[in-house]
Amino acid sequence: MSGPEPQILLYARDLSVARGDRVLIEQLSLKLVAGERLLLRGRNGAGKTSLLETLAGVRAPALGGVERLATLVWVGHRNALNPGLSAEENLGFWCKLNELPDTGVADALKRMGLVGRSRSRPSRLLSTGQKRRAAIARLIVSPARLWLVDEPLAGLDVEALPLVADLLAAHEDRGGAAILTTHQALPDRVAPHRVIDL
Amino acid sequence: MNWVWFHRLASPPSFFALAERLSPWVLAAAIPLLLYGVVGGLWLAPADYQQGDAFRIIYVHVPAAWLSLFGYTAMALAAIVAVIWRMKIAECAVVAIAPVGASFTALALITGMLWGKPMWGAYWAWDARLTSELVLLFLYLGVIGLQQAVADPRAAARAAGLLAIVGVINVPIVHYSVEWWNSLHQGSTVSKIGKPSISANMAWPLLSMTLGFMLFFGWTVLRRIQAELLWRERGTRWVRERFVSLPEVSGD
Amino acid sequence: MNAAFAIFQRELRLTFRRQTEWAQPLVFYGIVITLFALGADPGSPMLRQFGSTVLWVAALLALLLGGDRLFRDDLDDGTLEQLVLAPAPLAVAVGFKLAAHWLVSGLPLVLISPLVAGAFQLSHDASWALFLGLLLGSPSLALICGFGAAATVALPRAGILLPILILPLAVPVLIFGAGAVRVAQSGLPIDASLYFLAAILMLSICVLPLAAAAALRNAYE
Repeated sequence: MSGPEPQILLYARDLSVARGDRVLIEQLSLKLVAGERLLLRGRNGAGKTSLLETLAGVRAPALGGVERLATLVWVGHRNALNPGLSAEENLGFWCKLNELPDTGVADALKRMGLVGRSRSRPSRLLSTGQKRRAAIARLIVSPARLWLVDEPLAGLDVEALPLVADLLAAHEDRGGAAILTTHQALPDRVAPHRVIDL
Repeated sequence: MNWVWFHRLASPPSFFALAERLSPWVLAAAIPLLLYGVVGGLWLAPADYQQGDAFRIIYVHVPAAWLSLFGYTAMALAAIVAVIWRMKIAECAVVAIAPVGASFTALALITGMLWGKPMWGAYWAWDARLTSELVLLFLYLGVIGLQQAVADPRAAARAAGLLAIVGVINVPIVHYSVEWWNSLHQGSTVSKIGKPSISANMAWPLLSMTLGFMLFFGWTVLRRIQAELLWRERGTRWVRERFVSLPEVSGD
Repeated sequence: MNAAFAIFQRELRLTFRRQTEWAQPLVFYGIVITLFALGADPGSPMLRQFGSTVLWVAALLALLLGGDRLFRDDLDDGTLEQLVLAPAPLAVAVGFKLAAHWLVSGLPLVLISPLVAGAFQLSHDASWALFLGLLLGSPSLALICGFGAAATVALPRAGILLPILILPLAVPVLIFGAGAVRVAQSGLPIDASLYFLAAILMLSICVLPLAAAAALRNAYE
């Protein structure tokens, strides 16, 4: 391939991930470059979420290390939406927490199809799909180059699939990179560049 | 400074081997000290001028109380190592020390109560020392309870360790606050479970008992760490190689 | 700092969204005090003597009430992960969260103390000692409860374990707080007890948010 060396955004060295006494992953090394979409695939319990959490920094590795060379945004399996606050309030809080301006929140939610009352009602009144959309809206608001998303399509309604696909594609075009996990086959629209099977 | 010994110590197989070699010596050192302490305390030391033979219980009470405090401090130190460096041995140490320390605390309380009966006619009085020991027992029970409640063994040891660290800061505060509390109570029954004025032939058996207790504590804790380590590492190769006849490890 | 105030504000907003839930510690306080009074002889001078103890133990138990939920909701809905990953140190986030918790649960107890002191016929000096003692002591108690909640966050039903963890840690605060009232009742100056309470508060502020943050991270192991 011609052109300049792609920039490495994340680098894991000899990573071992354990959950309690069970070692799930041993001696894994990986590099993530700009523009890349990496998929961690495996059945339930294989350690995908634990590995992703370790890569993100939520969990400490048992051995080895992770170097994050770019800013990161994490969308976990749970949506990080407090049921008593609205989607708008939740995202606004998240922005302030991460020292981001919250001006883009309304637009981001609108792009994810959450308008009017679904934006302002307490999020416990939203459907599963709406909650997942709100969680994914974080990716739009955040300027981070590394996207770590755990099970992006879980609980997401089918109509939102093109939105996510477009988001990922646009992000990678801008020089970002993403690591996703899944336990089922991903539809073609969201197909990754590289897969690691656990 | 050469830190190789530290890292070698941190490896479960080497620690296990070290503990295996060390513990017989520790026990062997403890036994004569305990024997001399018991014989010296129960027979050789003369009866106390004021308390008669009842005072002899200090030969168990004082070492037990000292060890309850020493044990908590040791547990907290192990906890600091476990939390900061995530060392498996240190985690096992926290788990191992807690019940032993709690037992010494209970022993100190029971012997304190037994001493109380001839002293002030009642098994219990809210005197500063006994009350501090009681709070210390509760602190120990909290550590044990937390460690048993958390499902994952390593997280359990670290959570209990954090509690031990916060607790160890609290122990001197509790001690002095209880003394202050006790001192407010004017004209109270005189607490003779303070430091008795002590003559030389009373003091040596006491020192011997204390050292003996400490060595016994060390031996018990070493063995318990070994047991804890074996259980946690039961799936690993070094355990299987050492104990060839271990049954197949189930998923539990 | 923006992040810290955002956390503080969010806690307050959540509490007041739940309408009257903020008043529950106060109601509990009232009920427990009444129980003690009912258990005693109504005209007895013992009420005045035991007033200091009852008022302090009831306050301690009332603060334990809201303690369990402090971090569990955040763990369950995934917000805790975001707090861990946020730029601000987790200890700072925890500190401000607990500050909000104290503001809602602890401060009302302090403000209501002159009333309940009157119910136990405490003298003016004793009421003042109670008020100041609770003012200095209740934040420490809130921090201790927060640490306990953080240590048990991953337990599905911590149940009675949480009070067992917290109450021994709260012993010095109780001793100096109730002691201050008794000292005032004897006509002696309360300075020593208040200084001790202040010292414990300073120590708690320095140590407990860090310990709680470490315990929260531990939940992800």
